[in-house]
Amino acid sequence: MCGVCGCGGADHGHGPEHKHEHEHEHGHGGDGRQDPVAAGMGHDHGGHLSRFAHAPGLSARRTVQVERDLFAQNQRYADGNRRSFEERRIFTLNVMSSPGSGKTTLLVQTLQALRGTEAVAVIEGDQQTDRDARRIAETGVPVRQINTGRGCHLDAHRVGHACADLPLAQDGTLFIENVGNLVCPAGFDLGEARRIVVLSVTEGEDKPLKYPDMFRAADLMILNKIDLLPYVTFDVEACCGYACSINPRLTTLLVSATHGDGMAEWLAWLANERAQWGRGRAAAGVTGG
Amino acid sequence: MHEMALCESLMAIIEGEAASGGFRQVHSVSLEVGLLAGVEKDALQFGFQVVTRGTVAEGAVLRILSATAQAHCPLCGWQKIVSQPIRLCPACASPLSLTGGRDLRIREMEVE
Repeated sequence: MCGVCGCGGADHGHGPEHKHEHEHEHGHGGDGRQDPVAAGMGHDHGGHLSRFAHAPGLSARRTVQVERDLFAQNQRYADGNRRSFEERRIFTLNVMSSPGSGKTTLLVQTLQALRGTEAVAVIEGDQQTDRDARRIAETGVPVRQINTGRGCHLDAHRVGHACADLPLAQDGTLFIENVGNLVCPAGFDLGEARRIVVLSVTEGEDKPLKYPDMFRAADLMILNKIDLLPYVTFDVEACCGYACSINPRLTTLLVSATHGDGMAEWLAWLANERAQWGRGRAAAGVTGG
Repeated sequence: MHEMALCESLMAIIEGEAASGGFRQVHSVSLEVGLLAGVEKDALQFGFQVVTRGTVAEGAVLRILSATAQAHCPLCGWQKIVSQPIRLCPACASPLSLTGGRDLRIREMEVE
């Protein structure tokens, strides 16, 4: 068993760079279940086990204190990913939305705009198919597809493995396109530096109120498909107002990925946040690379 | 939607504790669920029944304890412990900041 991530195979080393050969079989791709073995076997038992160490044959009903956080396992992987990204100065963005908001089109346009200026890589998350990965690959950018099967979100463990398999250049940018879902991805840190929620004007302006967790956790809301505004009933001002009432520090950008409106502002936001993140890293004394 | 996956994590913790603690049956599990943890309690109960089938925790009762969050108004300073997510300050109507209440934590188990 892998001693750190506990994912059922041979020990494969989880150094800070999270670079490990993946020779053992995980079965991550197929059934989409969170690794039950991973969640249970790799953990630190702390001191509470000593209570049981000398109690053979104990059979009476008793209460045991456990105090274990179900999100702790994911958080540990996320912290590891984040450390690895920071050491290699890889600016990582977790892009989330409901299905069909235009995340992949936005990414394709973004990658084309960034081509030649910086090293970029993409992780695609979907329940099934590699259709999005193929669209990204057409831009020439390295990409890995994660199929979550029945799973409704990406988790930090899968992202860590995808990263190990992806050529990630120092000082680069990594876009993680999460599974299309406005609910679950909000609860799972992947180790990203920034969180982006994409909402399209065909979805209704009250989504921030209906799915507050997603908007509460985001740094930026991209309101996409604004070229369709003449054809749909969508109150941009109300939508932004709702989103900011959930998350007052949320930045909002109006974009049409297909027509190019707002792309310059989006690219400027990226550059600016990247610079700010770099300064934060420097101030925190992260070294590496 | 991801309650089933969380139940699998919960089950893995229970089995780990069972292996190390030397108990063969779990009668109840107390789980603290923060109001901002994004978890549906009914779905959690359903998932728990499914994942515990054929395990040391088959038939165990899942006790869900609600955890509160701290609401604070950055503008007027109003604050309160809340058990429901609220958005706007009742005093000045500006957006509130909510902290805490994101945990999903096994507190204790009754075992034999």
